[in-house]
Amino acid sequence: MAEQTSDHENGAFERAVRAAADSGITKPTISESSSTNQESSKTRLSNKKAPDSPDLLSMYRRMVLCRTLDERIWMLNRQGKAAIMASSQGHEAGQIGSVEALQKGYDQFYIYYRDLAVLLELGLTPTEIIKGFVAKEGEPLSGARQFPTHGAHPEYGIINLSNVVATHIPQGVGAALSAKMKGENRVVIIYFGDGASSAGDCHEAMNFAAIHKLPVIFFCENNKYAISVPLKNQMAVGSVASRAEGYGMPGIEVDGCDIIAVYEATFEAAQRARSGQGPSLIEAQVERYLPHTSDDDDSIYRSQEEIEEAKKRDPLKMLKDLLYSSEVLDEEQEELINKDARQIVNEATEEAEDAPYPETDDFFKHVVGDSSV
Amino acid sequence: MTIKTVLEAVHDAMQEEMRRDETVFVMGEDIGARGGVFLATEGFLQEFGENRVIDTPLAESSIAGVALGAAMHGMRPIAEIEFGDFIWPTINQIVGEAAKVRYGTKGKLNAPMVLRAPHGGGVRGALYHSQSVEAFFAHTPGLKVVTPSTPYDAKGLLKSAIRDDDPVIFLEHKRTYRLVRGEVPDDEYTLPIGKADLKREGSDVTIITYGLMLHHCLEAAETVEMDDIDVEVLDLRTVRPLDTDAILATTRKTGKVLIVHEDNKALGIGAEVSAIISENAFEYLDGPVARLAGPEIPAMPFAPPLEDMYMIDSEKIANSIRQLAEY
Ligand SMILES: Cc1ncc(C[n+]2csc(CCOP(=O)(O)OP(=O)(O)O)c2C)c(N)n1
Ligand SMILES: [Mg+2]
Repeated sequence: MAEQTSDHENGAFERAVRAAADSGITKPTISESSSTNQESSKTRLSNKKAPDSPDLLSMYRRMVLCRTLDERIWMLNRQGKAAIMASSQGHEAGQIGSVEALQKGYDQFYIYYRDLAVLLELGLTPTEIIKGFVAKEGEPLSGARQFPTHGAHPEYGIINLSNVVATHIPQGVGAALSAKMKGENRVVIIYFGDGASSAGDCHEAMNFAAIHKLPVIFFCENNKYAISVPLKNQMAVGSVASRAEGYGMPGIEVDGCDIIAVYEATFEAAQRARSGQGPSLIEAQVERYLPHTSDDDDSIYRSQEEIEEAKKRDPLKMLKDLLYSSEVLDEEQEELINKDARQIVNEATEEAEDAPYPETDDFFKHVVGDSSV
Repeated sequence: MTIKTVLEAVHDAMQEEMRRDETVFVMGEDIGARGGVFLATEGFLQEFGENRVIDTPLAESSIAGVALGAAMHGMRPIAEIEFGDFIWPTINQIVGEAAKVRYGTKGKLNAPMVLRAPHGGGVRGALYHSQSVEAFFAHTPGLKVVTPSTPYDAKGLLKSAIRDDDPVIFLEHKRTYRLVRGEVPDDEYTLPIGKADLKREGSDVTIITYGLMLHHCLEAAETVEMDDIDVEVLDLRTVRPLDTDAILATTRKTGKVLIVHEDNKALGIGAEVSAIISENAFEYLDGPVARLAGPEIPAMPFAPPLEDMYMIDSEKIANSIRQLAEY
């Protein structure tokens, strides 16, 4: 993947990148902690290979679909039809931009509960996802044994074993260790929140990955809250990425609402990982527009003004503005995209709601395997 | 007397103890501005300030370990684990360390701390918001493990736990939080840790239980009145130390014992209660000690039919009572 070919020259992405530069959308910045890396951040960025064919318009379409699906699930919850929901609204650029820079069907994705867009990007259908929220037969990750979005989809490289925050970080490092031992060129990306970064598991995993130069991308979706706990009660340092130096890997802060910046930073980290240079820690600064979950009431701890302010950085709006300014998108097309998304989500909702609950006959199955040695 | 929920009782117990004793403080995730995810510490930040209401980073091992350290140095921390399902990193600090503080220093140090956690299922919480965790701690000498089921018990026992000079694991069943209401005295009181409570007197069959299951057992006891079965219900309230005297007294009285718990059966609290009975009251038994407990699968599944299959309800209990009564 990721060889620059000339047919991109006049593609939407190139135009968009130029427009992005004009409109001042931030480029990824490499924090000082990357000083462990010989190359300066500037060289590495300018040496960057352009993305394969990341069609920004298609990314926009997918982002609209994710937002529409997210809003629908939230609404279903409010109607008492869907289970607890951790919304991805405000995180979409970080999630889509990062997946775009990796190899679907080959790389491993250790995700957490807020990664709705990652699930969609990797191939789960809206119907399958909604089935998780209404606990119906055919839910592909755990057969509705688990909370929505939890379980695994090995063919897609999706692993989200549990709700226990940060336990997946060392597991992802183990997946990378396995790739290294088996001589595979696989990258493991581990998504987690700012709160998760405090867990001992996170620290221990980063240390291990750096020691063994494992092909890992630690991808922190920093939305500045862990439920109600603000950053100042979570950490004394200003950034998660700044810790990277202490482990011996580059730490990259990136505007997680800027899909191009996320793409570039992830692509760079993946190249490091694949070429045996070890892990990277990317901190994507994102926003959480809704309460922690549908069970939470954020008005107790967060002001409406703060949320309004955060919405100025809405990743959907940022990408849309970019596409408008580079004349890739117009009103007619925008409406068409919205309409398509609504239709897909309407159909998915209907199909998922109509599905039956799972049968109980396999209730005792899969506790341990059948084989005895 | 005032009618309170279990949640209010827990809230009030902590608030009163913090007012009474300056060394008592709370720490845990979201307990500050949010007042806890279940609102057990609602208003605490405003009343007691940031020094005594510590919103911790998301790191359970240090919540337990820091509480233990403070407890060994003159403070009385109440550490909250947001859900019992996230308590496992504390095993190292609690089972490994706190339980052995007194013994390992030959009594020179002790750890007056409380580790509170909502636990249990039946709330559509799936594998990771439903677990029962009591047996893991109850196995450990050096700890006390309290599992209240009513507002009255929760308040009196939590106050005792806070005043206790040893580590107490205080497990509140989250389904009881808002569901179970009951009278709580307006005047100050405490209840002894390690004492069971007879919640219903009867002469034919005894049910020994604790936590949420108490309420299903009481319901079942009423149901089988129609079958002319007179059921006695003993609420353990504390699962370490077990109230051996109360367990044996009711066994001698009815001669038939059914133990009910939500946690899975193998090597659970029921196994211990059953062993205590057969070791000490074998000759009083008119039937085998029966157990009705959670199934042997790793945790409670999510989809409603699967969760219903997992959970014990009054109907399942009533059937077990009838079987035992017939024996
Ligand atoms: C080990 C553990 N402790 C506590 C919880 C309860 N909990 C669920 S999500 C969450 C906050 C996580 O915040 P963050 O990592 O920043 O991710 P975000 O939800 O903000 O995306 C907490 C405390 C949990 N699931 N696991
Ligand atoms: Mg967060």
